[in-house]
Amino acid sequence: MNDIFLVALKAIWINKVRSALTMLGVIIGVGSVVLLTSIGTGLQSYVTDQFASLGTNTIYVMPGTPFTEEGGFGGQEAMLEAMKPVLKERHLRKVLRNNRDLLDDGLVMAVATGKAKYGNTDEKVSFLGVTANYETIYHTVAEKGRWFTDVDNEKKKRVVLLGPTIAEDLFGKVDPIGKKIKLESKTYKVIGILEEKGGGFGGPSLDSYIYVPLETLYDGFDVLYIDNFTISAKEGVDIKEAIKAIEKTMLTELDEDEFSVADQAQLLETIEGILGMFTIALGGISAISLVVGGIGIMNIMLVSVTERTREIGLRKALGATPNIILVQFLIESALLSIIGGMIGLTLAYLGSLAIQPYFPAKVTGQAVVLAFGVSTAIGLFFGAAPAKKAANLSPIEALRYE
Amino acid sequence: MLLKLKSVSKHYQMGETTIKALNEVTLSIKEGEFIAIMGPSGSGKSTFLQVASILAQPTAGEIFIKDKDVTQYDEVERSRLRNKEIGFIFQQFNLLPRTSALDNVALPLVYAKVGTKERDERAKAMLNKVGLGDRIKNTPAQLSGGQQQRVAVARALINNPSIIFADEPAGNLDSKSGEEIKRLLIDLNKEGKTIIMVTHEPDDAAIAKRLIMFKDGVIVDDSKIKGGKEIAAKSEKVAGNGEKVKAQLKSKKNKVEKLKRTKNKLKK
Repeated sequence: MNDIFLVALKAIWINKVRSALTMLGVIIGVGSVVLLTSIGTGLQSYVTDQFASLGTNTIYVMPGTPFTEEGGFGGQEAMLEAMKPVLKERHLRKVLRNNRDLLDDGLVMAVATGKAKYGNTDEKVSFLGVTANYETIYHTVAEKGRWFTDVDNEKKKRVVLLGPTIAEDLFGKVDPIGKKIKLESKTYKVIGILEEKGGGFGGPSLDSYIYVPLETLYDGFDVLYIDNFTISAKEGVDIKEAIKAIEKTMLTELDEDEFSVADQAQLLETIEGILGMFTIALGGISAISLVVGGIGIMNIMLVSVTERTREIGLRKALGATPNIILVQFLIESALLSIIGGMIGLTLAYLGSLAIQPYFPAKVTGQAVVLAFGVSTAIGLFFGAAPAKKAANLSPIEALRYE
Repeated sequence: MLLKLKSVSKHYQMGETTIKALNEVTLSIKEGEFIAIMGPSGSGKSTFLQVASILAQPTAGEIFIKDKDVTQYDEVERSRLRNKEIGFIFQQFNLLPRTSALDNVALPLVYAKVGTKERDERAKAMLNKVGLGDRIKNTPAQLSGGQQQRVAVARALINNPSIIFADEPAGNLDSKSGEEIKRLLIDLNKEGKTIIMVTHEPDDAAIAKRLIMFKDGVIVDDSKIKGGKEIAAKSEKVAGNGEKVKAQLKSKKNKVEKLKRTKNKLKK
């Protein structure tokens, strides 16, 4: 067995260039499957971590019905529905007033976009209009400076907090606290930098927003729409009960299909569902290249069997049984595929390291085992026909073959 | 008896014609014999070699090796038996390309499941014996024809087989290398190896002790060898008729080909 293994390895080594080209298909196939699924799973765990850091007793009220009850995604129409400005601040106030026993606090999150300018640097950014309780509801403290207060909000003061990413983009190494920046041609004062939080759901990262007091935002910007109400339930309250209560109050103001209420878990489930599909789709598409790689192996192995007909005949004459020949060629094709798979895996791992600063890619142990298994299986599967052909060659015919 | 063939026939079907490449051949070979097989092309000498070396199964008859009936052996059993009892020397050397002389010689031992270390030692000793002790690392491309054939002889001997089949062993060599190989075969026979050699050169056949002449699939002459001239005369006599047979065969083949072609056309 050991010797057949060496014979196969040697056959691969003797035809270095051809072997490398044959492996290329598997290298690309395994590499792309592993890299793309690593992006998918990385994204998934990133989002999960993100949600966990936001707390578990949070409930969201969103316009439209972007999420179906089964946890799927509502599609394009639902997305457009979600952009409609149906949510009003007074809805939130009514919800909080009617359910004091269940709900702790809540805030409106309004969105506007525009340009921010400091010195010669300008950036296109999203502005998030929130009230001061964002700090407690989202567990987001100011790393430097301070949060604005309810008074700042009521007085429509032109003060802002920066997410760490946008702060870096605009100010570089300069300390932004106390500096004046221009947002849509009006001047605002930076009073704080938020701690790093990472990605937002679906939109840009929470770190790249500029946080503006809600009233100030209404005053100075074209507010696109209210993105959501974020409501925190009281400690110990059943989240399902709280959701029902919110829905009941909201229904007195809006139609059933104009809004939806979801808690953290539901949102997470939905997003994980979407990302899971995304991962499978990516993996599936790249799996096609893996099949093409397998066909490449079969092709070359068939050529190799024909080319080595005399060798096969000789080996049989000297005492190799059909099974030994079969195993020799099977090992050869499996080795080709496995070596290719390992190279692909290494490349995918390096690739995931390379994109990690920009994208949360993660090569899991599962992916490694899968890559190994799949490339072995492909080598054996696509090597079977050529190996069978070799094993069945008659030694006389083979020796006579020119 | 080392090798015994009992009314062995080998028929090939070509279209509707049956070609009797071997026709009820009966033959006994004792240990230590050195036999030259001759005959014109199409006489059945190659088929005899294939059947006697159990590369091919006969259509009818029985084959005994060391008094054991091996006629009904399946492919696996025949592979093992060839590995153990039979050594091959081919006209085309048939060495593995890009593989060292040592590994080429050791190849039968791989299939005999001998360990690496012992394999290398035995192969080295065998290469020494054929005078190539200093060339063990060379690949066939780095060796002359004569040296390659000596590697092939070493390979044929490595598993200590009972019979060595040589198919035109000097046929592809210049006269000097050819002489060397013949010398080697003579020495081997002197050591007691049984050799069965197919050749069409009377000069080559002269090194053997017994001559078996084939024609039309049957043995037409089986005698002790006295000298090269006698062999030449015999082979000429047989070949004279043999050429006729060859022409007949050719026309038969042509007819079959024609039939096939018309069949294919009809299919289309």
